[in-house]
Amino acid sequence: MDRRRFLLNAAAVGCSAAASPLITPVALAAAPWDTRLVVIILRGGVDGLDVIQPYGDPALAALRPNLPVGEAAGALDLDGFYSLHSGFSALKPMYDAGEFGAVHAVSTPYRGKRSHFDGQDILEAGLPGLGQGGLRDGWLNRMLQIIPGLEPEIAYAIGPEQLLVLTGEARAARWSPEAELRISANARALLNVVHHDDPLFRDASEDAIEIVEQIAAEAAAMEAAIEAGEPVDDGMMMGMAASQGGNRTTRSLAQFAASRLRRDTRIAAFSVNGWDSHARQSRQLDRRGSALAEVLITLKDGLGPVWDKTAVLCMTEFGRTARENGSQGTDHGTGGALFYAGGALRGGQVLGDWPGVGEGALYEGRDLLPTRDVRAYAAHAMRGLIGLDRAALEGVIFPGLEMGDAPRFVL
Amino acid sequence: MSFDPTRAAIRFGNGLSPTVTPPVSVADMMARVTGPDVAAAAHPIPHFDDMYPTQWDFRLAGGAVADAQTDAEREAAEEARREMRAAAGDLWALNTMRQLARDVTTEDGFRERLVRFWADHFTAPPTNGQWRYQVYPTIEQRIRPYIAGPFRDMLRAAVTNPMLIQFLSQSGSMGPNSPFGVRRGRGLNENMAREVLELHTLGVGGRYTQDDVRQFAELLTGLTYSARRGFQYDARRAEPGAETVLGRSYGGGEATLDQVLAALDDLALHPDTAHHLARKLAVHFIAPDPDPDLVGAMAAAYLAEGGQLAALYQAMLQHEAAWATPARRVKRPYGFVAASLRALAVPPDELTGYSYGDVARGVFRPLTAMGQTIHQPPGPDGWPEEDEAWITPQGMAGRITWAMQMPERLLDRLPDPRDFVFTALGPTPPEAVLFAANAAETVPDGIGLVLASSAFQRR
Repeated sequence: MDRRRFLLNAAAVGCSAAASPLITPVALAAAPWDTRLVVIILRGGVDGLDVIQPYGDPALAALRPNLPVGEAAGALDLDGFYSLHSGFSALKPMYDAGEFGAVHAVSTPYRGKRSHFDGQDILEAGLPGLGQGGLRDGWLNRMLQIIPGLEPEIAYAIGPEQLLVLTGEARAARWSPEAELRISANARALLNVVHHDDPLFRDASEDAIEIVEQIAAEAAAMEAAIEAGEPVDDGMMMGMAASQGGNRTTRSLAQFAASRLRRDTRIAAFSVNGWDSHARQSRQLDRRGSALAEVLITLKDGLGPVWDKTAVLCMTEFGRTARENGSQGTDHGTGGALFYAGGALRGGQVLGDWPGVGEGALYEGRDLLPTRDVRAYAAHAMRGLIGLDRAALEGVIFPGLEMGDAPRFVL
Repeated sequence: MSFDPTRAAIRFGNGLSPTVTPPVSVADMMARVTGPDVAAAAHPIPHFDDMYPTQWDFRLAGGAVADAQTDAEREAAEEARREMRAAAGDLWALNTMRQLARDVTTEDGFRERLVRFWADHFTAPPTNGQWRYQVYPTIEQRIRPYIAGPFRDMLRAAVTNPMLIQFLSQSGSMGPNSPFGVRRGRGLNENMAREVLELHTLGVGGRYTQDDVRQFAELLTGLTYSARRGFQYDARRAEPGAETVLGRSYGGGEATLDQVLAALDDLALHPDTAHHLARKLAVHFIAPDPDPDLVGAMAAAYLAEGGQLAALYQAMLQHEAAWATPARRVKRPYGFVAASLRALAVPPDELTGYSYGDVARGVFRPLTAMGQTIHQPPGPDGWPEEDEAWITPQGMAGRITWAMQMPERLLDRLPDPRDFVFTALGPTPPEAVLFAANAAETVPDGIGLVLASSAFQRR
């Protein structure tokens, strides 16, 4: 990479507000734990049956004549029973290295109307149901609430859209890697006055200015290091460089996440959308699969040595119908799959209690039957990585959850 | 507190303008919104059915490239296709600016807000970037004429909208026992049926079940769109037999479009639909947690008047909550840009004279930075209502940057910030904004601070 050009790109993120020569990279109070947790929300309802294909189940083929599975369909065999959709083939080396895996036949507690939006709310809220009066916090935020003294930068919600999973009373940092801020120093000071009595606007504006300053300061520090001939880590550089080509937007989310997680951030969340495959599903999974694979590979590359203490959980609001529909796709269903990655988890396996898709095995005669609450895996990951106790996990973070035995997936 | 002209312009319109008088009463607002469409006549946008190029024109242009026999023929065909693409791109930018010109100059701001509201309610984003230029012609034909009539008519227009049919993959849904379904071995796709019940009519809290979704999906089979023939009802794809939706039976004999429309008419008059629409409007215009009495009054008026949208609006505007509630909603990025251009009184012929590049730099990219890629909401439920979804650090960075930089590029001469603070915020701006407008070091900073203030961004 051309380091000079990278620095120009990184500097373009900065702004005149950040021109102050006095700013240096801020050293935050370190979190009381050192592992990293990344939660990726896959919006639209991923067809777990077509990504992690139970091709060893003899009942599957009859349900899906136009959605072929297994090695005959170009999928990659994982363990003789499950195969990986060809769109995700870039993840096979990660699977073989024990850094990518999946859990099958899981779901949130959401049942019934199969609405994307209610389903996503329940997934991100981490609750057994929607209840009354609206949802105002997410399970990652409730986790931050029970650990006192954390800086907002400990947790980052990344991307242009709101992420309920990190929303709530505990402050978390939010930023979109493509955002830029241009404001004069004088106007910046006056903006503080203007927003003084409106906390929503005041906090968002102050955070924007702080984040932009910090990124600019990091870039300046790195430039100084290069000028001085000091070694600079390529992963750190990649996390800040503007990205081009391919799935640029999703990759830039992963790059930015890695750049934060390399420093003081311990938790990052973002979403990768576009999984609602009602028609011509195979083609859609080819595209979305390669985008998700790129995200995970970018995280691994960007995290460098930190990857070994990182767990990535990719979760979706529901699975899809076991039978294909009339347009070579699938409709909204219930049970699905969780994908996970990272050096802190035991990959190279497909976990879960397989319920089968044969006669009588389907939920309401149409969907994959969930055999375990997907929240149990997130809870065990947090317990293993962060050391949270069972009472907090079952009582506060995931109310109503019975975690059960630890799955063999935290190293 | 009762009717207030400043609040009427800001809360129910595109904000204040130095050249347009705000509404004078609720009766004035209602007369305008139910009267002739003055803004559309001043800045016309063609209907979907009248636009050029169509998807079929693109298909033919692609065919000409494929069929070319010689290099010269291929080059000519490729050039023709390139020109068609460029024309479509220019149309996309031009129609965006025509709509902004309406938003900036109109005396009937409530109408423009309602068009935006209903276009979002029935959101039908292009399935392919190439079809973006069809968005405005679709809204012009399928939403705009219906905003003050019976909801039933808008629902019919929306469910037979080619872009919604494409977006929700309805053409691929066939009755498994229909002639087409049997011959091709194809079946249902529930997507459109579910979204019509969940999003467009009853609401997710409505009294419907998975079985209603299934049977409604069977009823909707036959709705199709093709580039060549446009919207069609194709009885050969329709599931034979009657379907029962919410306890009522539709069809049974020969499948017809009328059976689908009859179900839509019943859905439009369902009490759950009345409540869903009333609440959604009240949340959008007034408060995130609207007064239940307001919502109840709106739903009751709607049902009493046989599903007339004008009755719904009138009940909202006549309720004290419409005027007494403090400004708590946040303008979405498009509404923020439209209100800014209006407060700055950017001349409409300048707006419609911008090149594609100007529009990309001044509108498309900044809106994306603020979190609203125009007409590309994250899902079929449209844009989020929650203020917290918009006023994020990254979203604010986009708003501040636009406010500080764009006015100077749009106008040769900016207004004096000390006057502009009153132009934009009305006769009683907050002290802090008044102070900032006076204390700014430069004119662009002063204008930018007024526009970036929460006082301007809330309604």
